[in-house]
Amino acid sequence: MALPLAKQFALMVPELFLLGMICAILVIDVFLKNSQRNVTYWLSQFSLLITGILVLTMNPGERITGFDGAFVSDPFSVLLKLFVVGITIAVFVYSRPYMRDRELFRGEYFVLGLAGVLGMMVLISAHSLLTIYLGLELMSLALYAMVAFQRDSGRASEAAMKYFVLGALASGLLLYGMSILYGLTGSLDITRIAINLAHSPHPEVAVGLAVVFIVSGVAFKLGAVPFHMWIPDVYEGAPTSVTLYMGSVTKIAAFAMVIRLLAEALPSAHIHWGGMLELLIVLSLAVGNVIAIAQTSIKRMLAYSTISHVGFVFMGVFAGTDAGYAAATYYVLVYALMSAGAFGMIALLSRKGFEAENIEDFKGLNQRSPWLAFMMLLIMFSMAGIPPTVGFYAKLVVLQAVVQVDQPWLALYAVIMSVIGAFYYLRVVKFMYFDKVEEVVPVRLKLDAGILMSFNGLALLALGMFPSVLMVYCTAAAGGL
Amino acid sequence: MNDFLFFLLTVGKILLVVVPLLLVVAYFTFAERKVIGYIQVRIGPNRVGPRGWLQPIADAVKLMFKEVIIPAHANRFLFLMAPVLALAPALAAWAVVPFNDGWMLANINAGLLYLLAMTSLGVYGIILAGWASNSKYALLGALRSAAQLVAYEIAMGFALVGVLMASGSLNLGDIVRAQSGTVFNWYWLPLFPMFMVYLISGVAETNRAPFDVAEGESEIVAGFHVEYSGMAFAIFFLAEYANMVLISALSAVLFFGGWLSPFDPVGVRVPVIGPFLGDGIQWFLFKTAVFMFLFLWFRATFPRYRYDQIMRLGWKVLIPVTIVWIFVEGLLLALNIGPWFTRGL
Amino acid sequence: MSYLQFVFYFFSALTILSALGMITVKNPVHAVLFLVFAFFNSAALWITLRAEFLGIVLVLVYVGAVMVLFLFVVMMLDINIAKLREGFVRFLPLGVIVALAMVVELGLILGAKYFQLAGHPQNQSMLPNTEALGNVLYTQYVYPFEIAAVVLLVAIIAAIALTLRRRPDSKYTKPEQQIAIERNQRVRIVKMSAEGKSK
Repeated sequence: MALPLAKQFALMVPELFLLGMICAILVIDVFLKNSQRNVTYWLSQFSLLITGILVLTMNPGERITGFDGAFVSDPFSVLLKLFVVGITIAVFVYSRPYMRDRELFRGEYFVLGLAGVLGMMVLISAHSLLTIYLGLELMSLALYAMVAFQRDSGRASEAAMKYFVLGALASGLLLYGMSILYGLTGSLDITRIAINLAHSPHPEVAVGLAVVFIVSGVAFKLGAVPFHMWIPDVYEGAPTSVTLYMGSVTKIAAFAMVIRLLAEALPSAHIHWGGMLELLIVLSLAVGNVIAIAQTSIKRMLAYSTISHVGFVFMGVFAGTDAGYAAATYYVLVYALMSAGAFGMIALLSRKGFEAENIEDFKGLNQRSPWLAFMMLLIMFSMAGIPPTVGFYAKLVVLQAVVQVDQPWLALYAVIMSVIGAFYYLRVVKFMYFDKVEEVVPVRLKLDAGILMSFNGLALLALGMFPSVLMVYCTAAAGGL
Repeated sequence: MNDFLFFLLTVGKILLVVVPLLLVVAYFTFAERKVIGYIQVRIGPNRVGPRGWLQPIADAVKLMFKEVIIPAHANRFLFLMAPVLALAPALAAWAVVPFNDGWMLANINAGLLYLLAMTSLGVYGIILAGWASNSKYALLGALRSAAQLVAYEIAMGFALVGVLMASGSLNLGDIVRAQSGTVFNWYWLPLFPMFMVYLISGVAETNRAPFDVAEGESEIVAGFHVEYSGMAFAIFFLAEYANMVLISALSAVLFFGGWLSPFDPVGVRVPVIGPFLGDGIQWFLFKTAVFMFLFLWFRATFPRYRYDQIMRLGWKVLIPVTIVWIFVEGLLLALNIGPWFTRGL
Repeated sequence: MSYLQFVFYFFSALTILSALGMITVKNPVHAVLFLVFAFFNSAALWITLRAEFLGIVLVLVYVGAVMVLFLFVVMMLDINIAKLREGFVRFLPLGVIVALAMVVELGLILGAKYFQLAGHPQNQSMLPNTEALGNVLYTQYVYPFEIAAVVLLVAIIAAIALTLRRRPDSKYTKPEQQIAIERNQRVRIVKMSAEGKSK
């Protein structure tokens, strides 16, 4: 597997480019006046765009590892990286007016955002326990800082504090599990761990312990019940632009971590983590969907909906088959798209001195801007899993995968829970279309944000009609693991 | 029995280093008063003994018989511990300094790192003294000192990285040997920016003028040791001067070829004084003395920096300079630019 | 008991005692100092393992830099220990259970192959520890190493972004403006004829 050095570096040209641009932006930003902050914004968008193009052009089309197994480039990583980069572009577009109105439009926001993207890319391409951990920390560190970015807001500081303490705890759990795994197998490399675990006898208790810690660690990071406590508070407390960022793209990266750790490193321990995931799924679906009904804040409601969606993602992983992994990948990508749209909508509807964070604030959106209301309708339908939006198909493939491994009861349970969940999504739709407001405040929308939001919403519809466009790549990605 | 002999031998060696060092420190204080006196057109101490030579002895006796006053509500243990913590690293660092070819207490691989570690420990004495005294002035002095030391330690560390890159070794003896040749082979020339940074941060690390805000008589009385008296105070004094001697010796070793003679190899052939002109401990002592003189000279010449100026100099000037020069040095090494960087990568 | 064994037990005992001291003393400054002492002793342990680089760097980085800043902060805090200990008895059973569980778990996995000393041959290479470490760090582990550097960079950016405030009301002098000042901005020489009648 020893590639020549130049070829190894060629594998990670996108990451190197992004890192170079982060440093450049960091320096350039210092010399800009506050009124020129747009330069930073455009530079960041430019870096993301080029990074995305580089990911595409440098795609080896097969599975290649480099740097002594620390880095892997496979169809899975290419697909996920493209989505991360693309959705981050949308996130930055949505959050620009929001940040500007709250005097948060500073260079560090973009530098931290890009650093987070770099962390996600490292995490997605990680092929050793060391790089998984480092990528995760790089991503989380940027996120902690971004949540606390609104320094004068007590809520944001509280959210950042909670997030940081619990995130550190989760990292600790994960590291503990990793160290046991390293002690068992003597290797940090994921492939070697998998081979070693499968072919030589190990004390079952020790393997089980390692899996317990690793599963709790990733469940913490993704926010599955019972490790979900931080999600509503952090989502609500953080500035909406940051919630938008952490609610969408980071889920993709965290999912990659789950796949690398559970599906790639521990396939032989499926007996252990299968049961744990089942428990997480059952709890997540129940808690997420039921508690979301009682929420009045749309940010909290979406936070609980995140929890239930995480349950669905875990269902795909739980199946443990290629079809299951493909379904989970599909689900997480679609979810990132939906949540970018939903939180983006909250950010776009907010104005200077006004946060559109209550469900009530969506009242009569149809009067104010029919088009945006329609986009929100698509997003909510998709989240609820109503055809012909893509959310329906995503749920369908996941359920299929679970049924294939003879777990029809779990599938049935998931269906019942999503029917319960559909209630609160449709409530938003009801507020938008059937409730009237006294004074109609027109929505002022920047052109770029409007176009992207339309694209975002219509993509959910289009993918729902032609689901196989994306599914092909997901299947290939899962096949290449 | 062999172990016991080894132990005795080591203790003997340690004494051989520490006793002369303390004598040097004692007379260094005397030299300081004399030199600064002459610079300021005064005479300096001249009463005790012939030409005032017994002045340090008199000072020592006086300090020994003074009472160590422990302030009310001071933390007694830490208050007394602090001076010891200040002095111990200053002495321990001498373990790896080569006085001559092969003359060092401990010939260890990671000598340079050890030095950095030891010099970074001195700050505990100062911080604890400031905190344990239960006095505002002392605490302010300690805080100033801690921030200053941490800032300049980075610049100093980077300067040492430059030396490490040039010599390819962390062992101080090897570093000196790597400089053998003419005066122009010594590292002061290829690493001139590093040398300047090292010297400046060395002055700052020892809390000496013009960086002596930790004491800052005119602002915070005497800073961290305002509450100390008698021997406890004397030990802080010892530590400060021992550190100065150490920094001077290290400048000589790292940038000026330690025991190497500037006249080598021509000098040895000169009759009578030839052996003296060859390599040897006399050159190490001479070079150290020159740097020690510089410390005094600085104090007599420069006014004290303001606190924010010190921070600015450390973070915004010295550290960038060292980073840039490390990069340049890397290029020189990669291109094998001689006579200094021919070691190859 | 060989000399090395004596050294090992001596420093391990000190490490454990100072760690215990750290979590039991009342005064936070004392606790920090105990932690420093624990670091120092573990550095000594590392040196007995012929890992002098790690040992010295532990002293240099943790004792010499990190803990100094830590002490710096702790010294300025007014921590009410009594309040911190309020819930001690209430949480004690839970704490004991967690601690016991951890101990049992650790005991269970100690049987695994790579947790044995035999799995790890002693450092036999003739290279100095520093050089050996540098060799793998910059070749085999260069990718994780660089990412670790990026993590630190992000930490710096985050810390500065969250704490740096330009207060408009602070009377801060800008050195560059001070230096750039010119004589005629400070001194105005006024030519005027002397008063009274000149002779």
